[in-house]
Amino acid sequence: MKEKVTEQEKKAYQKYVKQVTPTHSLPVEMTKAFLVGGVICVIGQGITNYCVNLGIEKETAGSWCSLILVLAAVLLTGLNIYPKITKFGGAGALVPITGFANSVAAPAIEFKKEGQIFGVGCKIFTIAGPVILYGIFTSWVLGMIYWIGKYFGWL
Amino acid sequence: MIQGKQSITFEQAPYILESASIVGTKEGEGPLGKLFDMIGEEDHFGADNWEDAESSLQKDAVFLAMKKANLAATDIRYLFAGDLLGQSIASSFGLMNYQIPMFGLYGACSTCGESLGLGAMTVASGHATHVLCVTSSHFASAEKEFRFPLEYGNQRPLSASWTVTGSGAFVVSSADYVEAQKKHVRAKITGITTGKIVDYGLKDSMNMGACMAPAAADTIYQNLCDFTRKPESYDKIITGDLGYVGQTALLDLLEEKGVDISRQHMDCGIEMFDQDSQDTHAGGSGCGCAATVLSAYLLKQLEEGNWKRILFVPTGALLSKTSFNEGQTVPCIAHGVVIESV
Repeated sequence: MKEKVTEQEKKAYQKYVKQVTPTHSLPVEMTKAFLVGGVICVIGQGITNYCVNLGIEKETAGSWCSLILVLAAVLLTGLNIYPKITKFGGAGALVPITGFANSVAAPAIEFKKEGQIFGVGCKIFTIAGPVILYGIFTSWVLGMIYWIGKYFGWL
Repeated sequence: MIQGKQSITFEQAPYILESASIVGTKEGEGPLGKLFDMIGEEDHFGADNWEDAESSLQKDAVFLAMKKANLAATDIRYLFAGDLLGQSIASSFGLMNYQIPMFGLYGACSTCGESLGLGAMTVASGHATHVLCVTSSHFASAEKEFRFPLEYGNQRPLSASWTVTGSGAFVVSSADYVEAQKKHVRAKITGITTGKIVDYGLKDSMNMGACMAPAAADTIYQNLCDFTRKPESYDKIITGDLGYVGQTALLDLLEEKGVDISRQHMDCGIEMFDQDSQDTHAGGSGCGCAATVLSAYLLKQLEEGNWKRILFVPTGALLSKTSFNEGQTVPCIAHGVVIESV
């Protein structure tokens, strides 16, 4: 074999790899995601409706709904069932609040062995961290825009 | 004896006196399940955490290999050991109590070939009567080291491989000893081809097979050149953990060079699991994959005389989580070991 691989050969190989690597079928995965995400939302709506029927205010009912969904996701994570749901449902299970709960509970379980401070404390948000940081940052940016708009009377 | 550019032939070929393989539950349920020496009842192997579990895998594999060879720890002059964890802690903690002089190695999943190569060189040059080469990997500790916590839900791409939970240990002994003691041996190591780092600029750590295929192709091609052999000179050419995607790429890369190994090629990662029923996608991977398959399956074939000569080529992807996050490519290496039946 030659001493050095040329950039051209590298590019050709990278292109070749893209061709031979199998990928999941997008329509099938999207259907599954729709199903799983839909089911989670229906359960959420069910919880909210039940709470409202009990005479709880709509906003408080919404909080109860989130709380119960998070609790359920954490329990399912601990029982190692949630990864199976995600494997089937993909983003359908990752995007709802339950996916967020899973992404916090999983490192907490995994890094418990490394202690409460350096294990759970430091690593609990290794996956959810970016969502929290950029979520808050985005809301700050939008808040600024809103405030400036208000100040100049545009909004 | 220096052979070609990257290879060595051993005039007095060292022997693989004995070997042992220990695997986890999923590997035990796979197609090779019956052949392993020991299958763990559960993947913690009685340990408190995953890293300790991997340590105990190595410890048990070494113990078993020595027991089968009827040797004590004091008979072993050197250990050549490695694993996939940061700073190779599975080897350090697992092998500490044996008090055997040790060389700690890191070649990612190619470490099995690296340790056998160095072990064979040490024995063949008369610097040791017995050395022990041991490598391991553990699915859970590797996921933690390189990817996500186990309970985190995500979808693995079809090109991703499944890290094998297992450890293989090999007692490599000198020809003088074996001939004087008239010992039964498993096979002999007649040559090695040490690989160099090959990087085709791929960055997808979820497609290791494709990343490693050029390294395997390079080493196999070099081996054939150095020994002036043809693919037919080997009964099998066996890569470590290229998986299905890597196998396709390897065969195509070599065919471009005018070498057709499609009839000889086999991959430990493909042999380890049943792709359809075990949901392992591209196949098995890890230092434990090549090591356990060599010990349980490949050496058995050589011992029974079904094969005369094989080229064993474990492949490794030399990336770290940090290099991956920094947008680096995945440099790879493959080490060839020529193993012959006795």
